[in-house]
Amino acid sequence: MSPPPRPAMVDLLARFEAALAARGLLEPGEVEARIAITDRASPAIGAAMVARAWTDAGYRALLLADGRAAAEDMGVTMVGSPPLGVLADAPGLHHLVVCTLCSCYPRAVLGYPPHWYKTAAYRARAVRDPRGVLAEWGTVLPEGTRVRVVDSTADYRWMVLPEQPPETLGWGAERLAGIVTRDVLVGVALPVPV
Amino acid sequence: MTLSPGTEVRVRDDWPERRGPCHIRTPHYVRGRMGMVARHLGNFPNPEDLAFGRPAPVRALYHVAFAQPPLFAEGTAGDDILIELFEHWLEPA
Repeated sequence: MSPPPRPAMVDLLARFEAALAARGLLEPGEVEARIAITDRASPAIGAAMVARAWTDAGYRALLLADGRAAAEDMGVTMVGSPPLGVLADAPGLHHLVVCTLCSCYPRAVLGYPPHWYKTAAYRARAVRDPRGVLAEWGTVLPEGTRVRVVDSTADYRWMVLPEQPPETLGWGAERLAGIVTRDVLVGVALPVPV
Repeated sequence: MTLSPGTEVRVRDDWPERRGPCHIRTPHYVRGRMGMVARHLGNFPNPEDLAFGRPAPVRALYHVAFAQPPLFAEGTAGDDILIELFEHWLEPA
């Protein structure tokens, strides 16, 4: 019995990769290596960066000045990744990240974006009604806080550096990183001390 | 000439998508609207050319801030939206 025919999409991909390789644009194993890098990335990386920034002023300065260098300093491979911009929340200022045009997301330090980040509903409402979106997430900002939405439209990828909750002063890096969830790193939630 | 932070700009009220195939990184909702340069983010090959495999000239990319109202007819005064925009979409306010 002969094996079933390859699905058309798989066949097309194989032919596309062969055409790129023939032009010297693709090395053997390059696609697999890139998939492996993205598979290894997770919000744990971004959380560790935030926790370190909370306890190390020098690292915080590096993170805000050059997100890519700060990620590489944590051992993250940034080759081929877009520049990483880091948005520092401050007393009275909260950032919320969205990509209204598609689904730009700092994959190198957060991994794959969650489904909701890519939905038309989130992308449309985050810019038009950010406070309504935050309320639906159960996120309550301190009175008088300005909301700054960052629409990720071009070459940068953006991550939020939230404010450290005062209750967590003195905590170790691992415990601090534990309260910095994926949602916190995009700005739909705040870190909650537990 | 690089625009300084605080410079007021208007986003071109241009709709290339009505003229044919294109790849535009400037959202519809800011076309023709007033904003303020927050900072120069660097220089990058123009994605409008990259998307079609054309030679892509390097263009300045800015973070531009837009006040939430009146950009949308709802929202809270004091809130704003930061958007990455290329220099060729910005004109003097």
